Amino acid sequence: MKIIKGLLIIGLLSNMLLKLVPAFAAENNLTAEKIIAKSRLAFYYAGNDMRIKILMELINKDGRKRIRELTMLRKDYEESGNQKYFMYFHKPADVKGTTFMVYKYPGRDDDRWLFIPAINLVKRIAANDKYSSFVGSDFTYEDISGRKPTEDTHTLLREEKLNGKDCFVIESIPREASVYTKRISWIDKKTYLPLKEEFYDKQNELYRVFEALEIKDIDGFPTITGRVMRNVKTGHRTDVTFQDVQYNLGIEDNIFSERYLRRPPLKWIR
Amino acid sequence: MDKVKILSFIALTFIFIPMVFAEELSLHGFLQTNYSIRVADDNPQGAKQGNLILGEERIQLKGSFYPSKSKIGAFVKSDFYHDWVEEDWGSDFREGYLDFTDNKFGLRVGRQIYTWGVGDFLFINDIFPKDWEAFYSGRSLEYLKMGVDSAKLDIYSDIVSIEAIIIPFFKSDVLPSTGRFHFFDPYPTITNRELNKPGTTLKDTEYALRIYRYIGDLDVSAYAYKGFFRTPGMKADNFNSPSTISYFYPKLGVYGMSAQKSALGGVVSVEYGYYDSLDDQEGKNPGIDNSQSRFLIGYQKAFPDDFTVGLQYYGELMHQYRQYEDNLPSAFVKRKQLHQYITLRLTKLLKYQILKLSLFSLYSPDEEDFLIMPEVSYNFTDNLQAILGANIFGGSNINTALGQHNKDDNIHVTVRYSF
Repeated sequence: MKIIKGLLIIGLLSNMLLKLVPAFAAENNLTAEKIIAKSRLAFYYAGNDMRIKILMELINKDGRKRIRELTMLRKDYEESGNQKYFMYFHKPADVKGTTFMVYKYPGRDDDRWLFIPAINLVKRIAANDKYSSFVGSDFTYEDISGRKPTEDTHTLLREEKLNGKDCFVIESIPREASVYTKRISWIDKKTYLPLKEEFYDKQNELYRVFEALEIKDIDGFPTITGRVMRNVKTGHRTDVTFQDVQYNLGIEDNIFSERYLRRPPLKWIR
Repeated sequence: MDKVKILSFIALTFIFIPMVFAEELSLHGFLQTNYSIRVADDNPQGAKQGNLILGEERIQLKGSFYPSKSKIGAFVKSDFYHDWVEEDWGSDFREGYLDFTDNKFGLRVGRQIYTWGVGDFLFINDIFPKDWEAFYSGRSLEYLKMGVDSAKLDIYSDIVSIEAIIIPFFKSDVLPSTGRFHFFDPYPTITNRELNKPGTTLKDTEYALRIYRYIGDLDVSAYAYKGFFRTPGMKADNFNSPSTISYFYPKLGVYGMSAQKSALGGVVSVEYGYYDSLDDQEGKNPGIDNSQSRFLIGYQKAFPDDFTVGLQYYGELMHQYRQYEDNLPSAFVKRKQLHQYITLRLTKLLKYQILKLSLFSLYSPDEEDFLIMPEVSYNFTDNLQAILGANIFGGSNINTALGQHNKDDNIHVTVRYSF
């Protein structure tokens, strides 16, 4: 009995050691760059494709609310590389039926197309405004589709718990002029999702704060289904809820084309 | 139209139909008031309401029905309005079509709006009818384009995609009209004028074709059109001292291409079209536009903080210029062989895109005339929007495209509630 018990204990211990050692090694070896790169994969590249219904509430400091409701399709072409996005707007009423398509290339400016149903026009739109507001929200285009890790220098400041979750705290300083001068991210050690981000402006003052409010496991992918971006300087904030999240649906490549901009793929957008 | 009928139609539509097909049916629209006032008191002859160029209350209703798993769908968009200039009620059936969609093709039959080409308010291969009066009097962009009763076949393939359009019912452009705008007339004393439109015959059917694809990171389209000019040509017994004039729409063929890509830190667009004046290929008839090459190059760049700049250069090169010069009647203005426009568009969004400031300007160096369109729009809520803008015309001559409206500078206001 004793022997068996002893063996069991050794077995358990070695098992634990086996699990712990690589974990420790990983933690010690993971540079800030690698953490940010892994976080970007978890945040922007989960699955091979994705379909979500996004509800955005744009709320000003007086509590007045505006609504943006859209369906977004995303397809990845290579891990951490090219992606295609398709968006269909349900609300507000005056933009209903508008579609928007982005070919995202991490190395250069996106290609973007907009379809305006009132005049049946597809037009290409200039895309080097990654810091412009996405549909009037507190999120920028870059917040929606990600930033290349090599655009910043990253430093692991510390490791700490945030809301009971172990996090890496990383400071990222843009290499080139940007709307922010510093970003501090709290990255969950388990899921690598950013739980909180702080953005500092040119006066080196905090102006925007991102927070993940709800995380769900969907088809094996931890997904931030509730999030908020607050502008602490203007008092404006944007609450975002992801509904009907689905991964690996096999969204066809040809969905991301002029054809479907003009005639939205009902199968996917409903 | 009968007001009671309209109201009961609206009521029925809104109460019953959504209850039956909640998911597949959508009903939207807007209520709008839109006024445009001429700044100067020098009103054109026939002005019915003094300085008022446009004054109306309007409701637009649009409904679409696309059942799940069905290949068939339908869309209808119609306006009902009260016009203070004409002191009349009216309706405007803007669009209404049936869709049939399959894997490799789509067919759309009915009244539909088409917009082709890569120009910004400059149209080369977009030979579809436009309402310039709406544009010049400060109505929203969607009213520049008019629906055409037509059928369109889309063919989708990996190599190229095709839009093929047949238009059996000719529709002309709407030009600034008597009473609302000043315009240049070479023969002001002749009042009796006839207008002949192409008929609804096989011979007068219009055909438009667009072949397009994405090559690398370039959007490329090729276009062909056979039909008619949408602004009339003129027939006269004698162009130098006519006793009768009649208008007609000369035959036209257009062959062109366009390309657009991300480059130089923005978006670069080019477009070309050969305008083949089929009724006057020799260029000798002064009542018909000469054959031309039309081209444009555009550049659009976005800057941080929601600021966008767009620039365009546009040219029209007349092909039989010698014949044009030799046959030009004395009452006509002599045009340059190359007619050019330069446009500038500035757009700035503020306050989380609630406030939009924009400016569009069009200037012709050869005709020395211009149009400046500043505009401010404000979204009080997601549903309620107000727009204040102006159209400022200028030119050294009263007989050029924009110069003729020199006295028509106007300020316009729009308040729209969307639902």
